[in-house]
Amino acid sequence: MDRITPFLWLLFSAGGTVAALLFPVHLFLTGLAFPLGWLEAPRYEFLHRLLTHPVTRLYLLVLISLPLFHWAHRFRYTLYDGLQLKHLTALIAVLCYGAALVGTVMSAYLLWTIP
Amino acid sequence: MSADPHYTLYHPRWYRRRVSVWWWLQNRSYTRFVLRELTSVFVAFFAVVYLWQLRALTQGPEAYGQFLARLKAPLFEGVHAVAFVFVLFHAITWFNLTPKAMVVRMRGKRVPDWAIVGSNYAAWLLVSGAVAFILLRG
Repeated sequence: MDRITPFLWLLFSAGGTVAALLFPVHLFLTGLAFPLGWLEAPRYEFLHRLLTHPVTRLYLLVLISLPLFHWAHRFRYTLYDGLQLKHLTALIAVLCYGAALVGTVMSAYLLWTIP
Repeated sequence: MSADPHYTLYHPRWYRRRVSVWWWLQNRSYTRFVLRELTSVFVAFFAVVYLWQLRALTQGPEAYGQFLARLKAPLFEGVHAVAFVFVLFHAITWFNLTPKAMVVRMRGKRVPDWAIVGSNYAAWLLVSGAVAFILLRG
């Protein structure tokens, strides 16, 4: 565990930066402005055409995966400190990083199989 | 007595004061710290929403339409409103912390904190504008 900790911290830090720079605008549009009708949601054909470009796929992989690892790292320590679960260290780490890994694999698979 | 004594990480006989699970509510800066840590939950939530959208897009126009309709549920709108506040809180605290996490030097002189924080906000504005510009064209 000690040997990969710097790597996990790097993922945490990169994911935090991606989430800070990109999540507010994406969340505001997708979560609020489009559903509430303030702005018009992009049409399927437009998004699908965007997705055919490799740069968009890479962008989405980064946008989904890195923030998940950011969450895994931060939430892990929130559980330790906040709920005083120091005795469950290993289990919590496996669950958190495991979930981030599952999300990453799922998005990579979806992006890979787009027709 | 076994030959191999069982050591515990925290010696049970030492006196340790019990701390309530709500320790972070007793002090404002502790509360801010825990709230900042909890922003990660909303970050993960939105990453999952985007994964869900991606899946809908790979399945076709009907699935995408269903996705858009689902997000109109009041529950989702409420959660997204809360999540937006938390994600903003994450962004602001993250940008403000960068000069503490990394020291940038230019020509042997340390770049002042305000310049690093300022360039973060400038990048934020630029990137957000670009994303909105692309998504609103469709």
